[in-house]
Amino acid sequence: MTKGQLPNWVEYGVLPAINLIAAFLVSGAVVLLIGENPLEAVKWLVWGALGYGEGVGFTLFYATNFIFTGLAVAVAFHAGLFNIGGEGQAYVGGLGVALACLAMDQYVPWYVTMPFAILGGAAFGAGWALIPGYLQAKRGSHIVITTIMFNFIASSLMVYLLANVLRPQGSMQPSTRGFEEGGQLPLLRHMFPGFDLGQSPVNLALFISLVACVLVWLLIWRTKLGYEIRTFGQNPSAAVYAGISPVRITVITMLISGALAGMMGINEVMGAQARLLLDFTAGYGFVGIAVALMGRGHPIGIILASVLFGMLYQGGAELAFEIPTITRDMIVVIQALVILFAGALEYMFRPAVVAFFNQFAGEKAVA
Amino acid sequence: MTISLDKQSVADVTTQGVAAIELRGINKSFGPVHANKDIDLVVGKGSIHGIVGENGAGKSTLMSILYGFYSADTGDIIVDGKKTEIPDSKAAIESGIGMVHQHFMLVDPFTVVENVMLGAEGGAMLSEGIARVRKELGRLANEYDMKVDLDAVVGDLPVGLQQRVEILKALYRGADILILDEPTGVLTPAEADHLFRILRVLRDEGKTILLITHKLREIMDVTDMVSVMRRGEMVASRKTAETSMAELAELMVGRSVLLEVNKQPAAPKAPLLSVRDLNVKDERGVMRVKNVSLDVKAGEILGIAGVSGNGQSELLKALSGIMQAETGTMDLVGHTIDLSKKHTAADFREYGMSHVPEDRHRMGLVNSFAEYENSILGYHRDEAYSKGMLLDVAKVRAEALERMDKYDIRPNNPDLQVAKFSGGNQQKIVLAREIERDPDVLLIGQPTRGVDIGAIEYIHKRIIEMRDAGKAVLLVSVELDEIRSLADRILVMFDGNIVGERTPDASEQELGLLMAGVTDEAAQ
Repeated sequence: MTKGQLPNWVEYGVLPAINLIAAFLVSGAVVLLIGENPLEAVKWLVWGALGYGEGVGFTLFYATNFIFTGLAVAVAFHAGLFNIGGEGQAYVGGLGVALACLAMDQYVPWYVTMPFAILGGAAFGAGWALIPGYLQAKRGSHIVITTIMFNFIASSLMVYLLANVLRPQGSMQPSTRGFEEGGQLPLLRHMFPGFDLGQSPVNLALFISLVACVLVWLLIWRTKLGYEIRTFGQNPSAAVYAGISPVRITVITMLISGALAGMMGINEVMGAQARLLLDFTAGYGFVGIAVALMGRGHPIGIILASVLFGMLYQGGAELAFEIPTITRDMIVVIQALVILFAGALEYMFRPAVVAFFNQFAGEKAVA
Repeated sequence: MTISLDKQSVADVTTQGVAAIELRGINKSFGPVHANKDIDLVVGKGSIHGIVGENGAGKSTLMSILYGFYSADTGDIIVDGKKTEIPDSKAAIESGIGMVHQHFMLVDPFTVVENVMLGAEGGAMLSEGIARVRKELGRLANEYDMKVDLDAVVGDLPVGLQQRVEILKALYRGADILILDEPTGVLTPAEADHLFRILRVLRDEGKTILLITHKLREIMDVTDMVSVMRRGEMVASRKTAETSMAELAELMVGRSVLLEVNKQPAAPKAPLLSVRDLNVKDERGVMRVKNVSLDVKAGEILGIAGVSGNGQSELLKALSGIMQAETGTMDLVGHTIDLSKKHTAADFREYGMSHVPEDRHRMGLVNSFAEYENSILGYHRDEAYSKGMLLDVAKVRAEALERMDKYDIRPNNPDLQVAKFSGGNQQKIVLAREIERDPDVLLIGQPTRGVDIGAIEYIHKRIIEMRDAGKAVLLVSVELDEIRSLADRILVMFDGNIVGERTPDASEQELGLLMAGVTDEAAQ
């Protein structure tokens, strides 16, 4: 066994679980500090997320956002690129979705609008990632810096557009007009009235995100492009040796990554709000980084991590409601702890786990 | 081991006074690699002592031990007659040892004064330190004839002057013993001459100098004593005046038995690869390949011999499309290619070239990938591996398994990560991939580096088979034995130039001299 190598079930199962438990233990300590019972808090959190139909609906709704942004970060990861710009790409992608809906909603049913909205979101998100990708590939400007900067530019641009261009005359709200039925995705509670989903906004975009998971898996592990992306990410010199152009792979990967982030707008803009709102991305793009890290860049892992973060979002809101001393800010602290342990401190427990498993695996090593 | 340490000359040195450095029984291993074996070395005070050896002979490891980058597994270091522990470079500096690295440790945007002061600022405010450095540098520059503009930005200085700054840095820190690692590698001949003048002045002022090089001419030029390393051992020490380049070359290369390779005489036909006027610069803008022209004919193995770092790597990279050349054309199986234009390795593969790169870990393989994924690296775009829009994984895996059986790659599990195979098996994976494409031209760099003896024989056999099948094989290796036993013609590269062509029955001494840059005219 090579040093640092772990069996898959440890790499993808045990390690994330240990990180998660550590995050919850520290969160529990924080809850204790403010004089509440951590077990009580956990109970409310889990109940709020999964205990009743509407909670489940909201959890899945949030998870849909995280799947899109998580996939976006993961695809870039496979090429060794750290795309921090999911937030801005999703924001601009929302504009693409909204433009498609605004143009078509009065004339055609939703299922005609949908492909154009998906295309619009993907194209705008990809476009927003193109410039950082191109600058990285051609000029060596670091993608982390440029994508962060592009988040700010996206934010300012959208404020301008919503306040000055897209806002209907006479409206006081910085948003577009509401979309007609032809610009709204069906909600699951309408599609499956048999399930109790309360008033939750979970919609058809959930299935679109799952399709995206399958497509991303195929792309990364079953196509030549994916092979080139992974080769470039794992060993850039081997990629050059194999005749793979670093410029081409960097640009294409960033386009795909941006497109995935941009598609988050389907869920929020076309699915839930039926309009383009100021700051509708609400940090989902950033959470995508933690989701991708925790999910180890694999679509299955990303789905699981997305549901977990969906639970934290939805259950956290419930918890803040039920135990008023645990404020909204406390929930953010708990979410941040999970991100910290799953993402930033990913390697904290790793050496110990590797040492533990090498003791057993040492004798079975392949000569 | 053929020649043991020359006790006589050691005695000579020690009778003249205290040795500046004495190493006793130094051993250092990196995993299974025994980089330094029982090294004894005595360096006389106030002398220039050269250490020669091929790449990988263990020179740099030994110097790193002396400078505190590595600690020896066993053995003693005695500096000025006192047994000294050197756990880090700070301790080395305190014992009066200074090092001038092959790649300078300078901060480019800083001025000369700032660079010299770095790590010896003294106090929170800089002004005092700057004044002290200025005064001291003025004195050093006068004493040793080492003029340099103290306020120049180091990045703007020519390489020779940057090196001078490195030497000044060491002297400023009070070094009495200077280690120079391949100091002339980046210098022009004129700069090298100036460096040697400085070194002589330093010696005459009582400093001790250890010069690491593989260039014999420099050793003869400037040193008083010379020690030869080969495969981790110190095989001899000589007074420079009493030895010759021929003897040193022989000591460096050794007299090992030729590996037995069964091969018929070559039957070369028309050239499949012709290179004309190739000039290649490396990433740092240094010209590494100079006016190289060569032909590789169908049915022959052309060997490129040379100490590593003399342009062979860049030659391979330029010919395989990985690196853009300054000038040069290549005729590859009927295609004329301008190598000064941008190409990708994929273009040349299409024309029938395969390439086994020198460094399989950095280039030839993706260590984290499964074996079967590595078995198509570079050929993954081939339609044969497609199934609609997807990669035909089942087919790739089946083909990989077939090759593993054919090449006896163990364990024969195509799903296993490539990093988990042994070096020999990894090399066979690369070789299988490149040979099974049935190329017309095969470039091979260091085919048996880090490969066990069993696999070496197998790999050699395959290379001969390629030749016998009428392919053109260009073989680059730093193992002279390997070149001599495989190649039908040998070109020797030194400092980017082809300095001579020989047949494989040329003596090792002759080849060794060429590899050390002693050309026909100069070797008496």
